[in-house]
Amino acid sequence: MTEPVLPPIGMLAELTHRCPLQCAYCSNPVELLKANREMDTQNWISLFEQAADLGVLQVHLSGGEPTLRTDLAELIASLVRRGVYTNLITAGVGIAEGRIEAFAEAGLDHLQLSFQGAFAPTTEKIGNARGAHEKKLETARRARAAGLPLTINAPIHRHNMEEVPDFIELALSLDAERLEIANVQYAGWALLNRNALMPEREAVERQVEIVEEAQQRLRGIMTIDFVTPDYFAIYPKPCMGGWARDAFMVAPDGTVLPCHAAGTIKSLHFERFGDWNLSRIWHESSAFNAFRGTDWMQEPCRSCERREIDWGGCRCQAMAIAGDAAATDPACIKSPLHARMGALIKEAIDTKSADAESDAFIYRRIGRSAETIS
Amino acid sequence: MIETARVRTVLSMQSKPVLKRHVRLQYDKVREAWALLSPERVFWPNEVSLDILRLCDGRHSVAEMVAVLGDQYGADAAQITPDVTGFLQEWSDKFLVTL
Repeated sequence: MTEPVLPPIGMLAELTHRCPLQCAYCSNPVELLKANREMDTQNWISLFEQAADLGVLQVHLSGGEPTLRTDLAELIASLVRRGVYTNLITAGVGIAEGRIEAFAEAGLDHLQLSFQGAFAPTTEKIGNARGAHEKKLETARRARAAGLPLTINAPIHRHNMEEVPDFIELALSLDAERLEIANVQYAGWALLNRNALMPEREAVERQVEIVEEAQQRLRGIMTIDFVTPDYFAIYPKPCMGGWARDAFMVAPDGTVLPCHAAGTIKSLHFERFGDWNLSRIWHESSAFNAFRGTDWMQEPCRSCERREIDWGGCRCQAMAIAGDAAATDPACIKSPLHARMGALIKEAIDTKSADAESDAFIYRRIGRSAETIS
Repeated sequence: MIETARVRTVLSMQSKPVLKRHVRLQYDKVREAWALLSPERVFWPNEVSLDILRLCDGRHSVAEMVAVLGDQYGADAAQITPDVTGFLQEWSDKFLVTL
């Protein structure tokens, strides 16, 4: 490496893959881990200690559904003791009485709550969970009553895209300070369900306009962050802010990865916390060094003036679409395969019009992937 | 569209800015720098921003902040007021401080 490796700022901790919802676009890998593969409390705390020593300032506690871990308040407290900023990313379904208050008491800094729809029928259909919407509303109320700042997260796709104005009203009514409207990223389960999820171009354009208008109108009232859809983009996202540059994630069993889809790049080998310490993984893991910086780049990235803006885009998307993890992300207009993105949009829309069944989701379930993936 | 009761706060010289509950100003020993932590982002304030942020304690009014900063930097209050109020309004709009 020509440049020194800087310490990581953020860490995404996927504490468990268990979840009461079955969203067909879940960012977890399709090979989900069962509860008996999860690291125990002491190992997570020891990982958090090493993360703080290494320079991590923010930990996003996620899953699956992180509140299914009975030791969550204890895990939060261990991060708070080290001054690490804690963000809980929850689906907000089935959280027992008193626990949100216990998280706040432990020092939780912020809570991010997902809504699959702005209305109950949509939320229930997307998550395949009855009664989920009301439980989420209750979680939002309890979080605000406990004094926790709230972000509402709305993943959008063909089945709920027209609800964007309603998501905005919902977030306002729940006293959220921030709303994140995120176009589904086609990795993990979403890649499996791409034809059932992909929106039409006109719908995307309409929603972009609605969001931009709301951002203006609600300036200083509520922040709206918009995650643009890769397949409709001109330039790729700097995925994870650049591979192994300032963030990483940890799977429930302690495997440390540069991003949550990195496991789809089969040529990479990932270390587990416990086998190696975290500092060694961050600095020496071959998977982390594989796409760090710009030395690994091919053309057109190598000589591109945006190479340190986009960092080549998403490695996993390059793998999925170009079949080469070191290729330019095909979301980029400079990629020779950029036209394939448009073709994949068309394929999804064509299957939809030809066959209503293609709207059916392969719902996320543990142990299900083997039978559905070729 | 339903009209919301929530409104944008506009700064006055009597406002007493305070960092929001989800924002934390903290010294980072690893990087030897002050960091402003928020849910999705970490900001690295420069010296001037840092001096203003430190006065966002809910006790100093904007007028008082300007006076303190004027002393600190040996500058005229009238001269620095637009900068200070500009920063504070922007941070309020970005949900970093409550005015």
